[in-house]
Amino acid sequence: MKTAAAETEDIELHLLMEAIFQKYHYDFRDYSPASLKRRLLQARDRFGCTTFSALQERVLHDPGMLPQLLSHLTVQVSEMFRDPGFFRVLRTEVVPHLRTYPSLKVWIAGCSSGEELYSLAILFREEGLEERTLFYATDINSTALRKAEAGVYDLARIAQFTTNHQRSGAKRSLSDYYTAAYGAAVFDKSLRKRVVFSDHTLASDAVFAEVHLVCCRNVLIYFNRELQNRAVGLFKDSLVRKGFLGLGSKESLHFSAHAGDFAEFSRSERIYQKRG
Amino acid sequence: MNHEPAHRQFRALVIGGSAGALGAMLRFLPLLPRRFPLPVMIVVHLPPDGESLLAPLLNSRCQLSVKEAEDKEPILPGVVYIAPPNYHLLVEPDFVLSLSQDECVLYSRPSIDVLFESAADAYGDALAGIILTGASSDGAAGLKALVDAGGRAYVQDPATAEASAMPEAALDACPTAQIVDPSQIAALLLRELVPAPS
Repeated sequence: MKTAAAETEDIELHLLMEAIFQKYHYDFRDYSPASLKRRLLQARDRFGCTTFSALQERVLHDPGMLPQLLSHLTVQVSEMFRDPGFFRVLRTEVVPHLRTYPSLKVWIAGCSSGEELYSLAILFREEGLEERTLFYATDINSTALRKAEAGVYDLARIAQFTTNHQRSGAKRSLSDYYTAAYGAAVFDKSLRKRVVFSDHTLASDAVFAEVHLVCCRNVLIYFNRELQNRAVGLFKDSLVRKGFLGLGSKESLHFSAHAGDFAEFSRSERIYQKRG
Repeated sequence: MNHEPAHRQFRALVIGGSAGALGAMLRFLPLLPRRFPLPVMIVVHLPPDGESLLAPLLNSRCQLSVKEAEDKEPILPGVVYIAPPNYHLLVEPDFVLSLSQDECVLYSRPSIDVLFESAADAYGDALAGIILTGASSDGAAGLKALVDAGGRAYVQDPATAEASAMPEAALDACPTAQIVDPSQIAALLLRELVPAPS
């Protein structure tokens, strides 16, 4: 049994998500409630509200605070070449398949501030595939997308990125791809000359292109099972026959409605291949 | 609401620990019988890199089935779920498990507080929780959330703990928690959490 206070808070949380959807069309209603609630509690404290109802009043009457609230709701911890084993298997086992196509499209779904995008762009350059590839980098959060377009990261993070890059089977030094200035690493803009950045939400938007590889890592864990099924359905519909889907190191299609449409390509690195 | 409902039925057990917790768990988890009717969710602080051997190790020593928790996995009675390294483990209101890579809490991911607070939200007063040995104050806020929701709290006796900071912080936050010795926990859980066959 729940306490009366806990039940009230559940109602308020539900109403807050409904208010954000109706007013601003950002749909968090099918996000996993447990971690969503933690992030909203942080936002509530940050904005000096004592209840979710108070937070709801603020967000309905002050559109200016929506971007800040969104960054609380979609905060994502990422790094370049995160899980180097994933990128190593992409290089050694997926790239040989991708080489057989004269032109390639890659969708980075939920690209956040771009770490995964630059990792893939660098890997594709090192493997000689960059010139034939178009990358779609999408996210629900336009502030994060602008960061991705800028490609500027705190220099303090570069040591980790460099180690990861080397462990992924790097063919060059990571320092070949950025210039350091004023405590920041500015990634070479040529890395994004073949990138299309776009607002896109897996919760309500549709398929927009036919692609050969989808990378959507550590995004699905924030969704409930219905929304996971919707997102994986979009990936399935946008992938070519035998196209690849890369998930996060603890994500799988194990409990997905679409499990039967994909074959496990690399079990340990969570890479799937759409069945023919 | 002040008195214990005679018919209260517990629906889940959560356990948190850090330094020394594996040794403490090995003193009671292997004693829980295969028919133990509650799911058990466990957070132990681990180094973030690589695969954890904790689940296979415990599985080889326990009668209950022990596995690493998967995202959106339905929670089943009599199964022990271990949080994977570098991910928070949460209980959803519809009783499935979630993983998250949100920020560390008290320098830890997985965080005991995150598991306990989400489980208290989902299970309310049908939850029991144990804080074991450890050298951080993670778990104190989570155990308090569990107590505030009406759940039952146990804390390892700091005198028996390899690192006493964690059980001491939990007892500071929850003075009403029952102090337990790891070697007695299995019998206690069976007596207090499992309804006698009628």
